[in-house]
Amino acid sequence: MAKTDTKAKGLDRHGLTDEQLRQIFRNMLLQRQLDNRGFQLNRQGKVPFALGSEGHEALQAGAAMAFNRGKDILAPYYRDLGLALGIGLTPYEIMLSIFARVDDHNGGRQFPNHYSSKAAGLMSFSSILAAHIPHAVGAAYAQKYRGETGRAVLVTCGDGTTSEGEWHESMNFAAIHKLPLVMLVENNEWAISTPLSKQMANPEIWKRAEGYGMPGKRFNGFDPIETYANVKEALDRARTGGGPTLLEGMCYRFLAHSTDDNDMTYRTKEIVAEARKHDPVPNFQAVLVDSGVMSDADVDAMKKDVLRETNEATDKAEAVPYPQASDLYTNLYEGAWQPWQ
Amino acid sequence: MAVTAGSKVLNNVEAVRETLYEAMKSDDRTIILGEDVGARGNVFLITKDFINEFGPERVIDTPIAEASIVGIAVGMAMEGLRPIAEIQFADFIYPAFNQIVGEAAKTRYRSNGEYTCPLVIRTPYGGGVRGALSHSVSIEALFYHVPGLKIVAPAFPADVKGLLNAAIDDPDPVLFLEHKKTYRLIKGEVPEGHYTIPIGKANVIKEGRQLTVVSYGLYVHWALEAANQLENEGMSVEVIDLRSIRPMDRTTILNSVEKTRKLLIIHEDNKFGGIGAEISAMVAEEALFSLDAPIRRLAAPDVPAMGYAEPLEHEYMSSPAQMADAMRELVKF
Ligand SMILES: Cc1ncc(C[n+]2csc(CCOP(=O)(O)OP(=O)(O)O)c2C)c(N)n1
Ligand SMILES: [Mg+2]
Repeated sequence: MAKTDTKAKGLDRHGLTDEQLRQIFRNMLLQRQLDNRGFQLNRQGKVPFALGSEGHEALQAGAAMAFNRGKDILAPYYRDLGLALGIGLTPYEIMLSIFARVDDHNGGRQFPNHYSSKAAGLMSFSSILAAHIPHAVGAAYAQKYRGETGRAVLVTCGDGTTSEGEWHESMNFAAIHKLPLVMLVENNEWAISTPLSKQMANPEIWKRAEGYGMPGKRFNGFDPIETYANVKEALDRARTGGGPTLLEGMCYRFLAHSTDDNDMTYRTKEIVAEARKHDPVPNFQAVLVDSGVMSDADVDAMKKDVLRETNEATDKAEAVPYPQASDLYTNLYEGAWQPWQ
Repeated sequence: MAVTAGSKVLNNVEAVRETLYEAMKSDDRTIILGEDVGARGNVFLITKDFINEFGPERVIDTPIAEASIVGIAVGMAMEGLRPIAEIQFADFIYPAFNQIVGEAAKTRYRSNGEYTCPLVIRTPYGGGVRGALSHSVSIEALFYHVPGLKIVAPAFPADVKGLLNAAIDDPDPVLFLEHKKTYRLIKGEVPEGHYTIPIGKANVIKEGRQLTVVSYGLYVHWALEAANQLENEGMSVEVIDLRSIRPMDRTTILNSVEKTRKLLIIHEDNKFGGIGAEISAMVAEEALFSLDAPIRRLAAPDVPAMGYAEPLEHEYMSSPAQMADAMRELVKF
């Protein structure tokens, strides 16, 4: 049982310690800062592309806190900066991916935000939406087959991605085999320019769970503690043989889809501003300060430290060279390769 | 058939079955998954009784969902298992195209070697069995364009076993094509125990001096029949069984063409953009001046597949007689 601090009296902290609450908040600040940095670098012409997770910070930082490092597997998608950070990837690794440098896990082959780290248990994925979900199911099958109780797979995707056939196929199979899997849908109401109403007639994604024969739940993804509690409950169930869960965390995409998108062509400033009123970063800051977990001075110091870490990571990654032209040809198959032998 | 010591005579179904059985026996990371592979033991009875011996955890009757049959197998492979996924008929592999081309083939490459995908996808393909439009297609040309995949299509039982073992041992994804008309039709000696045939090596199954014929799958057997007939007519034809489609064996093809100075490629798949196109281009690039005649391709017409009605199937396919005609023409050129 995690030790809880008594300072934060009125806070329903679901067993999270002060230290864990601060870690969650720091992760959220780091996401903001790194997102910002990616967009800045793009405007400076230093990187061709960036994509942010603003609006997803609480959901991802809270979910990551429920992840057991060294045991669980994460099968994320491209908007999961906070999950990647929360399970142990460093800002330097993130910046390597943004700069497409040779030391990036993917060797600069994939878009930024397509994280991969065998050491962290973060499964490699492509840009093909939903294609990673059956991979997560296969990984969960491997865990169950080997009798590895105490482990589970956390797989995530956006709301739009739940329209794909592979999403359905994966849920169905996971339920049939009672696999140790948690499907966490990050519902930000948008899939590039397409709103939820054009994606599905029934917007309550979590309710599909009943059809598959697994538990389902929707929660407020702007609240990191509520997120943590729900993801932890589902992961604990998965780790102890209770089978899969479908979770739907409600959040919002504050930014355009990516640096290549202008969201003002399909939504108004006003609706984004309305959603911003629930911005999880200042809100959680207020919760921590009001409950005495952090002082204003603590918050300031943390923000400075996050900026320092982001700057250091940026400079260090930028100094790393690109892959060489000859790196195009490696790691296609094991060993040297020609289609003609 | 005289049987060598340490060998036995099997048909192609039995060769697949024996190889899968030995793989299941020898490595408990091996998982078979697909439609009706369990209680029914696959529609051709290849995995009959496996479920009783190895259990439903290792012989998985999946839902009818090809994208996730392959996709789940990719995830298993990424996390340390050695899955063998079955697509019940090659005609139903299209829903899995995304997982094969977009995912399995790119797992190692996109992660720069951090993750790998040691996966075998087996599927029966090909016609001549009154399989109609959707139980008789050839799919190899759709996939041989894709770097990151390996593709094999053996014709003889001993090659089936050796190449399936190689595919199972391979650290990268292999598409293993089984010609369904050869399943029970073709019998041959198969060595006992574990052995592999390297992926990417063709086999000269008949030596000859006046023409090189390259084929694979069912048509290897018909091409051999035609070549033997020509032998009786005093013409000497060399027949190469490709066995592997990606990678392909350039050395064996070029050595043969440089000797015979003529090339005929025969396949059941459509002519346009088929395997023969790549072989023709390669030979034109590497050995044009060794040729005494234009390269010829005998392959399927530009229609989607063979029809169910007997004349439609017949018209689509090349017969041994048509193969013999094409060979005669080229020898006499
Ligand atoms: C199979 C596939 N189709 C289309 C795309 C192009 N695409 C990239 S992101 C995206 C929207 C995804 O929306 P959602 O799942 O809600 O995730 P979000 O970006 O909102 O987090 C689309 C259509 C793709 N990458 N893959
Ligand atoms: Mg979305």
